[in-house]
Amino acid sequence: MRLELRGITKRFPGVVANDHVDLVVEEGEIHALLGENGAGKTTLMNILYGLYRADEGEVLLDGRPVRFEGPGDAIAAGLGMVHQHFMLIPVFTVSENIILGDEITTGRLGFLDLRRARRKVEELSSRFGLEVPPDALVEELPVGVQQRVEILKALYREARVLILDEPTAVLTPQETEDLFDVMRQLRATGRSIIFITHKLKEVLAVADRITVLRRGRVVGATTPGETTEEELASMMVGRAVRLVVEKPPARPGEPVLEVEGLVVRDDRDQVAVDGVSFAVRAGEIVCVAGVQGNGQTELVEALTGLRPPEAGTVRVLGRDATGWTPRRVLRSGVGHVPEDRQKDGLIVTFTIADNLVLNTYDLPPFARWIVRDEEAVLRAAEERARAFDIRTPSVQLPVSTLSGGNQQKVIVAREFSREVRLLVASQPTRGLDVGSVEYIHRHLVEQRDRGVAVLIVSSELDEVLALADRVAVMYRGRIVDVPPAERATKERVGLLMAGARLEEAAAGG
Amino acid sequence: MGDPESPRAPRPPGGVEVLPQDEARAAGPVVTREPTGFVEIVTGRGWRETVLIPALAVLTALLVGALIIVFTEPDALAAWGRFLRDPLGALSASARAVGDAYRALVTGAFGDPARYAEAFRTGDAREIARAFNPLSETLVAATPLVLTGLAVALPFRAGLFNIGGEGQLTAGAVAAAVVGFSPTGLPGPLRLAAVVLAGAVGGAAWGAVPGYLKARTGAHEVITTIMLNFVASFLALYMLSTELYRRPDRTDPISKPVEAAYPHLLGPSLRVHAGLLVALAVAAGVAWLLDRTTVGFGFQAVGANPDAARAAGMSPSRTYLAIMALAGALAGLAGANQLLSVTPSLTPGFSSGFGFDGITLALLGRARPVGVVLAALLFGALRAGARSMQAATQTPVDIIVVIQALVVVFIAAPAMVRGIYRIRTRPTQGPAGEAPAPRPAAAEEAP
Repeated sequence: MRLELRGITKRFPGVVANDHVDLVVEEGEIHALLGENGAGKTTLMNILYGLYRADEGEVLLDGRPVRFEGPGDAIAAGLGMVHQHFMLIPVFTVSENIILGDEITTGRLGFLDLRRARRKVEELSSRFGLEVPPDALVEELPVGVQQRVEILKALYREARVLILDEPTAVLTPQETEDLFDVMRQLRATGRSIIFITHKLKEVLAVADRITVLRRGRVVGATTPGETTEEELASMMVGRAVRLVVEKPPARPGEPVLEVEGLVVRDDRDQVAVDGVSFAVRAGEIVCVAGVQGNGQTELVEALTGLRPPEAGTVRVLGRDATGWTPRRVLRSGVGHVPEDRQKDGLIVTFTIADNLVLNTYDLPPFARWIVRDEEAVLRAAEERARAFDIRTPSVQLPVSTLSGGNQQKVIVAREFSREVRLLVASQPTRGLDVGSVEYIHRHLVEQRDRGVAVLIVSSELDEVLALADRVAVMYRGRIVDVPPAERATKERVGLLMAGARLEEAAAGG
Repeated sequence: MGDPESPRAPRPPGGVEVLPQDEARAAGPVVTREPTGFVEIVTGRGWRETVLIPALAVLTALLVGALIIVFTEPDALAAWGRFLRDPLGALSASARAVGDAYRALVTGAFGDPARYAEAFRTGDAREIARAFNPLSETLVAATPLVLTGLAVALPFRAGLFNIGGEGQLTAGAVAAAVVGFSPTGLPGPLRLAAVVLAGAVGGAAWGAVPGYLKARTGAHEVITTIMLNFVASFLALYMLSTELYRRPDRTDPISKPVEAAYPHLLGPSLRVHAGLLVALAVAAGVAWLLDRTTVGFGFQAVGANPDAARAAGMSPSRTYLAIMALAGALAGLAGANQLLSVTPSLTPGFSSGFGFDGITLALLGRARPVGVVLAALLFGALRAGARSMQAATQTPVDIIVVIQALVVVFIAAPAMVRGIYRIRTRPTQGPAGEAPAPRPAAAEEAP
């Protein structure tokens, strides 16, 4: 099925989200829609899917204009959408989720025919090479498999055009590769895929054609053969972007953070951090690489006082900081950029100004005794918004009005505006667009060069290799290796992340 | 690869939708978003949710109340029996019944204009006082409601639901009474202050229990506060059976009277007393605490997102304890207020539901001190007016209980009120977060 969008325009109060966007997706093509957060990709797809109505323009399927009054029409016309946040019912099985809303029933009373449903799911699953356990509960499946269930759901509804909204944001590198295989397989059956993303490498790896959106407009259409990462990045951002982090060699000083034999249990009382020892010195960046869920979260929580360690010691600036409260840790010169910015980093219903002082709100100049000085808070906020390029019409708007990148800048601005000797940053650029990633990387290196000890936890291999002076790989609660950055090649670190032992990795790298 | 084109009828929208279709359509260009999170739902945002919806909830409750009046008024009901022969008669009898009842309610709450005019014309002080009596009674009834309303509103702002106002009020009264009737030798004003303080401390101790349980064990405050209401009421009953509390000359459970009272504000014949000023000052204090201090900022941060508050160095458990103790103190002040004004003795039915009304008031006042004060005045007026309404029109006092309950229903189901009056919800950010968010200011002005 050939899909064509012609002159789609969509205005929101004060903003043109889509400005005469043209897009053609041929049958059997993987078409990447590339753009920064807020470029209008999701708006465009919501129009296509019948969730919004375009102010101008039309949608054509196989040359015939169509009008979708809602997702129901779009689905009936052969469109399928896999949302970034899955729309699955965790306590239902895979088969049940797939048939939900279009159930196979038997008899007049409409009893569910789960046996037939299961067979249908198995048939679809083998036809498209999407392996899923039909009887498993969705909540017990890894994210990558849940995503396959979402794709199967669309295929079950006979989707001819699949829209994948940021599908790799939640996947591990291996799962991403698997997804690309699935996408290629679907293409081979004549299905079209619209692949929404802001990750350049992925676009080049899998797309047939690429359309770049910026500020609601199509700013370029190209193919992977004709372009490079740098070119795509500058098209997206609208200026030249440095993809490589430039940093002079580190000049490490005294150890600022020393961890000895740290043992931490997770919420289910399992040992998540299993006797970890390492140190971070002033003026160096240590990256803890690892696939999500290998104890990094618990490690950071223990370092920042959010989770009491079971054994071991944490020393900050030579003082024993084991079991300190979060406030004491923060006040002793530790900056923290939490992994989940919306859950732990920000109060999204509070104003930008209040979030900028979230951990200093009770200190001068922002408060005298217990009385807040809101003038001082506002003044500082405006200054920081300028200094850290937080794009907003007013610092008195709720943080929820900001894009992800700007939300992260609020946290970074908050932590970097304090006198910090140690910075603990978890997944500092997750879900951010190229421009914001570049920005935050630059600031992390800047802090290092000012003599701050920087500990970064990241599951993005590229980020680790770009930033780290030293790399530590975390696997099943243990730190596997701290090879010097020069020797930490992508392959070696990748193998260590997957659980290979040092000798094997050395042999493999 | 062959792809079987099994013919299938167009499907109904399945579980893949992200938005209710109708809502997306009705909202036109902007996707609507319901407020998320407990605190946001309770406090609301923008004038539509903070002023219009509560006002319409009250109006709707009064309209439904009018229907009930028609059905309980014998004359009106009889006229409906003759509806087929005389439809206009039925309607006019109904209008008369409702009009009489609500007129009596308003006169009973705010006074009779004719009477005011007459009193001022004659210039007789006694007459003037009598004309002002309904208003004075409204203020007397509103005073404890301000305090119990605050006792629910303050925890709301920190994401806690305090159902224990009733118990905290009782505990405060138990403590205040013993200070009030025991021979202490304190001079009048000091004794008054001691009774007030005892009420606050007793209530705070009672409120601290669920706060502590939540902080230490995660026990949900809704359950613990409800249960402690029963404990408090039986504690009071037990106390009334002891030598210490029981009035020696009586066999029924009633305590010795408190030997202090709030001074009357407008002469001896009007019951309005200084407790009103205390309550208003406390309301102002709570407003200041919430909006201007680091303590209030911490409360609200914990309420909006306890995880982020903790990561920023605040202590949610300590906050829970502080909030519940403070809320208990506010309710306890209401208990002391009653002892120092209209009911100087502790009895089993001492509270008459002030603690529970507090929940309604906090919801109606959108968990803001100003709102709570206004809501308390409204409910005070209903309480005071209902008595004269019953006297004048035989409409049962219970009708105001129904109206109050309906107010809660409409406040708790704002979608219903919006539906009835066709009010559009506040347009905000799109669901995927990528649609540009219109400025809230602009959104407020959207038609």
